[in-house]
Amino acid sequence: MNADARPSVKPVSSAVGPLGAMGAVFARDVRVAFRQRQDLLNPLLFFIMVVTLFPLGVSPEVAFLKQSGAGILWVAALLSVLLSLDHLFRHDFDDGTLEQLVLQPQPLFLLILAKTAAHWVLTGLPLVLLAPVLGVMVHLDGNSIAILCLTLLIGTPVLSMIGAIGAALTLGLRSAGVLLSLLIIPLYIPVLIFGTGTVAAAAEGAPVAGYLALMGAFLVLAVTLAPFASAAALRISLSNS
Amino acid sequence: MWQFFHKLGSPKWFFGIATRFMPWLLAAGAILLMAGVVWGLAFAPKDYLQGNSYRIIFIHVPTAFLAQSIYIMMAFAAVVTLVWRMKLADVFVKSVAPVGLIFTFLSLFTGAVWGKPTWGTWWVWDARLTSMLILLFLYGGAIALDRAINDEKSAARAVAVLVLVGVVNIPIIQYSVEWWNTLHQPSTFKLTEKPSMPAEMWVPLLLSVLGLYCLFGWLACVRMKTEILMREQKTRWVRELIMAERG
Repeated sequence: MNADARPSVKPVSSAVGPLGAMGAVFARDVRVAFRQRQDLLNPLLFFIMVVTLFPLGVSPEVAFLKQSGAGILWVAALLSVLLSLDHLFRHDFDDGTLEQLVLQPQPLFLLILAKTAAHWVLTGLPLVLLAPVLGVMVHLDGNSIAILCLTLLIGTPVLSMIGAIGAALTLGLRSAGVLLSLLIIPLYIPVLIFGTGTVAAAAEGAPVAGYLALMGAFLVLAVTLAPFASAAALRISLSNS
Repeated sequence: MWQFFHKLGSPKWFFGIATRFMPWLLAAGAILLMAGVVWGLAFAPKDYLQGNSYRIIFIHVPTAFLAQSIYIMMAFAAVVTLVWRMKLADVFVKSVAPVGLIFTFLSLFTGAVWGKPTWGTWWVWDARLTSMLILLFLYGGAIALDRAINDEKSAARAVAVLVLVGVVNIPIIQYSVEWWNTLHQPSTFKLTEKPSMPAEMWVPLLLSVLGLYCLFGWLACVRMKTEILMREQKTRWVRELIMAERG
């Protein structure tokens, strides 16, 4: 048995480019999530249940639901994203993965961008896919449902990006869930306003390109700026523990 | 300049300076505020449309001014905290956040009192009211986060990040809410334009705004001094100070 027979050692991580590292983080998060499928399902069930509460609690009349359906769906989507954020860093924080992530030679904000993107694919995207069904249940017409899905498609990544800042700030704290909501809900307001505003404008027959462009601007801002804040927050939370 | 900047980082130096300036701030604040409020409430002319009810402006506008500018000041201090790790900046953010919260609440409250006779309702979901309410939430979040983190340094830096994220968002929130709904009268003061009200009205208003700024300076000093004493209680200068107080 000679030395050549040993399996070759994988290249050290500094040889992996930033994109490679992002891909690895993304793939890992998706794989881990699919091993705990129930966690993926919970925000979706929550989404459906919150939407159900409105016809029960306010009014099942078609006129009311037609008028407020988009708002109800948006609020419900916002709340279920909020609910799922606690998981974004928690498990990795508990088992020490997060510290390894911080120690990587690649910039932390890129890795967080990948993690947040995975979070969106696992929670935001399913919400968008589920929205048409619930849209039919609240009596929205076809055009409104299409526009609603489009706004959710642009808006939910913003929710994930901003939410990651809150999740990083509250990492390892007592009652982090409630605190996270307190910190993040005010920052979600512009997305909510424009998300529902777009659908309302579409229902009145007004052009929606301008609204969608503004939401796109939010998305660009969130993707470019939020990971830096999340990275800074994460370093602070880790130095605290 | 830089020497001044470095000195400012020393809690002990600040403690001395604050002690010396505080009586002046308090006196200036009291005189300006009394002058502004008494002039405004008793001597300024009646508004031709709103009658006497507009007079709450002499309380409402100063508190709203302060509520917003305290958050901006906190954001500057937050940058100093994150970049230069200056202790005094942490102390400032931590000490003035509750003051900002209270001024925001006061401006909302006086606004509601003013809204009842003018608009016929305590609360409307109007753009400026709503963005002040959101500002209240932002203050609340910063205070809650500060209380939740036990380690002083981590708390200060986490709050600094949160305040900066908030200050980036404030214009976005303001514009989106404004676009969403507008009923409030436009701002009374703009830096670039002459005020639209007569001098007998805006001079007392300006006096009370300046007075409240001085009063805020005094309040900030009181709270910061307390915070410094708590944080530095183990240092020699604080012990000597306490011993000297006791005699």
